[in-house]
Amino acid sequence: MKKKEKSFRIFIGISILLLFVILLENLSGFIPGLPQIFQPTSPLFTVLKKAAVYSLVAVSMNLLNGFTGLFSLGQAGFMLLGAYTYAILMVPTQMKEQVYYLFGGCAFDFSLLSACEGIFGTGGFGGAAAMILSCLIALLLAGCVSGFFAYLIGIPVLRLKSDYLAIATLGFAEILRAIFQWQKLGRITNGANMIKGFPTFSSFNITNSSGGTVLRLSTFVPFLISALCILVIMLLINSSYGRAFKAIRDDEVAAEAMGINLFRHKMMSFVISSFFAGIGGGLFAMYVANAQAKAFTSVMTYEILLIVVIGGIGSVSGSVLATFLYVACSEWWLRFLDSELYIGAVKVPLLRNGFRMVVFSVVIMVIVLFFSQGIMGDQELNLGALLKKIRVKKERKE
Amino acid sequence: MGNALHLENVTMQFGGVVSVNNLSLDVPEHKIIALIGPNGAGKTTAFNCITGVYQPTNGLIEFMGRPMVRNHPTGKGLKNYKGENKDMYAHDAPLSPTPDQITGLGIARTFQNIRLWKSMTVFDNVLIAKHQHARQNVFTATFRGNAAEEKRMRDETMELLVEQGLESFKDEPAVSLPYGLQRRLEIARALATSPTLLLLDEPAAGMNPQETNELSDFVRQIRDKYELTVFLIEHHMDLVMNISDYIYVIDFGSEIARGIPKEIQNNQRVIEAYLGVTEE
Repeated sequence: MKKKEKSFRIFIGISILLLFVILLENLSGFIPGLPQIFQPTSPLFTVLKKAAVYSLVAVSMNLLNGFTGLFSLGQAGFMLLGAYTYAILMVPTQMKEQVYYLFGGCAFDFSLLSACEGIFGTGGFGGAAAMILSCLIALLLAGCVSGFFAYLIGIPVLRLKSDYLAIATLGFAEILRAIFQWQKLGRITNGANMIKGFPTFSSFNITNSSGGTVLRLSTFVPFLISALCILVIMLLINSSYGRAFKAIRDDEVAAEAMGINLFRHKMMSFVISSFFAGIGGGLFAMYVANAQAKAFTSVMTYEILLIVVIGGIGSVSGSVLATFLYVACSEWWLRFLDSELYIGAVKVPLLRNGFRMVVFSVVIMVIVLFFSQGIMGDQELNLGALLKKIRVKKERKE
Repeated sequence: MGNALHLENVTMQFGGVVSVNNLSLDVPEHKIIALIGPNGAGKTTAFNCITGVYQPTNGLIEFMGRPMVRNHPTGKGLKNYKGENKDMYAHDAPLSPTPDQITGLGIARTFQNIRLWKSMTVFDNVLIAKHQHARQNVFTATFRGNAAEEKRMRDETMELLVEQGLESFKDEPAVSLPYGLQRRLEIARALATSPTLLLLDEPAAGMNPQETNELSDFVRQIRDKYELTVFLIEHHMDLVMNISDYIYVIDFGSEIARGIPKEIQNNQRVIEAYLGVTEE
């Protein structure tokens, strides 16, 4: 009874959040003359989109690093696999010639989007259905490809421990990046050039016949997909298997002695984590509207690792909170540090291009030094308990 | 009644050091058998061979009459091999199940230095031990298709905790329990894997005399209740002499005596090797 009530509450919470996102991004459409921040081009929506994508990847990394205790640094590699799978599958057939012009066309003639459009038609509801369906299938396939590669690489790599595992997975990600930029694979991966022309988040905006936007859904879509995926990860973490993962993290020897097959469970966690990283990669491709191997460097992995550490290793809600804070800081709130500023005739010292990163590093160092537990530690966000605490504090003051 | 566990010529050699040398012993069903010896005699190594943490260099271990672990030295290991009977098992293929497979067969253990999952609650510690035998896969577990199975696991866990008198601590982190209760929790966790043979590695280490007394009653109780065979390593002579049906004594990896408690107490070699130090 209590459990059902809790899951019902989570369901309500997520629905409210999603409704709020739709409302927020359509506010400027309903009420004219709002400040710049509510306009679709404002950095607010860039941050929300990117953070929605990153939070899924961060949570998937937390599943591996925080809940199973496998220190893996391959997340960018699995994102790359997901991004390319999504991109290659979703470029419409008629666009392929144009996208792959340097290599004289694509070796892979099939396009999921065009196939679905063939069934449902291109215009109106048929076109919308074709795009939504093909998008979902492509994202699922992106996850599956990532998961499959994780399985293959996991067989040798998961026998390694801690630092060695980190180095091996990092190496794997870097090798993948190099292979995808290889000219000889150009007819599939487009070499070092980007693949574009596939549906992005803004393709989900509902337009009328004259091209004007009726309802914006470009921020809602990443939120919805991320929320669903994170929900699945949370269900897994709270299941019997999630408990087994935590047992492996806390004490491998004891876990094995209590009948938990180490290799099988580590593999499971690795594949599932990579599956969701792959979906995250597909979403990332949608967010930046292109897929390019150059983007998925080890710096990206470190960024996500940092988010996981700031949020708290072993806390899903911590990872999500930290993602939004991190992305907002790096893309928006600290941007002013990058431009020169004059107060009267006096130029404010130090402010110039790149100074943002300096401040950012200092902030991160402070967090790691003094709040090594992160925002949430290994606890989950519990609004009810939080409200109670505040109420108790207030009563004490009175 | 047959033997629950049967060790035959088990030798464990690390590099040039022979930790367990040609050890043969029998653990009959429903009995409490002790393995004693001075520090560094190779008792825990013998346990680790039985539970699959180490693969013995040579020898055979049978569980419930079936060969479970078997190995013989080969290659470089054979050249450096210092033990006996090196050709005895060379005709049979080696068997080396992993610890979780051995637990699945029905052997559960506790550890000399307590190895609980510290950050988890007492309840979860026992619940996780039920994971192996649960009928579920990762999909049914994630999407809650295993609700009945999950409920059964939780109910059984609660039952175990009530029996062990740990139910009032069920939501505490395992690390916050007092030492004696941590030992008890470790035994409860081992029982949750539904074993037929329970290996206890120094269960009374760090306990006071009263706790030790309680422990010997407790071990007898769980043996009768769960129809277990108990094989234990212990330093507390009181406890060993009190509860064991039969005792094996090893020193420097080799057996130096075996017998019922009375015989061991009067065995000159044992006194020299081990009990001699307590003579005052």
